[in-house]
Amino acid sequence: MTRYNSLLEAFGDTPLVGLPRMSPRWEGENPVRLWAKLEDRNPTGSIKDRAALAMVRAAEADGRLSPGCTILEPTSGNTGISLAMVAKLRGYGLVCVMPENTSIERRQLLEMFGARIIFSPAAGGSNQAVATAKQLAERYPDWVMLYQYGNAANAQAHYEGTGPELLRDLPTLTHFVAGLGTTGTLMGTGRFLREKAPDVQIIAAEPRYGELVYGLRNIDEGFVPELYDDSVLTSRYSVTSYDALRRTRELIEHEGIFAGVSSGAILHAALAIAEKAAARDDERADIAFIVADGGWKYLSTGAYSGSLQEAAERLEGQLWA
Amino acid sequence: MAIEVKIPTILRTYTDGAKSVDAKGDTLAAVIDDLDGNHPGLKGRLITDEAALHRFVNIYVNDEDVRFTGSLETTLKDGDVVTILPAVAGG
Repeated sequence: MTRYNSLLEAFGDTPLVGLPRMSPRWEGENPVRLWAKLEDRNPTGSIKDRAALAMVRAAEADGRLSPGCTILEPTSGNTGISLAMVAKLRGYGLVCVMPENTSIERRQLLEMFGARIIFSPAAGGSNQAVATAKQLAERYPDWVMLYQYGNAANAQAHYEGTGPELLRDLPTLTHFVAGLGTTGTLMGTGRFLREKAPDVQIIAAEPRYGELVYGLRNIDEGFVPELYDDSVLTSRYSVTSYDALRRTRELIEHEGIFAGVSSGAILHAALAIAEKAAARDDERADIAFIVADGGWKYLSTGAYSGSLQEAAERLEGQLWA
Repeated sequence: MAIEVKIPTILRTYTDGAKSVDAKGDTLAAVIDDLDGNHPGLKGRLITDEAALHRFVNIYVNDEDVRFTGSLETTLKDGDVVTILPAVAGG
């Protein structure tokens, strides 16, 4: 069924697409295959539509949100854009706290959807956005902070959506690779897959930014999302801007998929896993990874033009996941 | 045996500002002990009194998080790169 009464119903159920050119062994008795789950095919173009809609529905169900309310959320962009769309259709205001070092496209999209943006300083990255949002929540107690980093509905959206879709489309799945930000995608999908396919490997790819983003005053200002439970994961990779960009470009070059930079980071980890599996002739692997969004919102960062080295340097102080 | 250790901005007060230093050891624990010998105090910022990794410190060997490869017992070989980073928010 591809007819929906509202945009709010037309989310999820995204395509899972094979990568026959980038997979180490696409054919044969023991294939090692890569599969991309194209989450850019959601209403606002990113995987965050799943979490945003689930968090709003949960808050409506428990009475925290009612028409006319204002939602407050710290976000580096995609969650904000998803919430802005949902807020518009459900009749809420939205205030996003966003680090100033995010792409101009994100700001423009948020403004177009009618969200208010409060910028937090570039130094400290999303940590600072979270801290600023928490201060605002105290100052404006009638604003409703959904708080994606600690909201169980975020992970639950993936437990009920992303996970079952993956296993339905790829019953032979052996590995799942996704980005680690709020940790919602990995926690929800990971828990579902581990319950249904006990030997499955759950792999996290996290962005490694330039030094500015790690500009904390001391280690105790660090941040681990409340949703995070490391027992769900089997490994975790830190991926540099350079490697993320390199893979993002390879994905277009070899498979025709135009993805955002964080998806390149996820692919980088997926390829590391694939190469390990392919080194053994008797091992088969079906590795599904998340394409979190398309490349459109990153064009202004220069990620797709010039040499890799130049592009990586331009991206150095930016938040790209 | 030389292991390159990348130091985050916040801990460079211990390395006279150096972004990267060399250390020796065949496990992560040994490398951290060696680091602390040359840069006293550094170990205390990475490891808790209970001999576990500090909650807000992430350590990677060749980009892989050591919490999933044996933590402080992770084995190292010549040419490996250890990266220390504070835990920060994404999303």
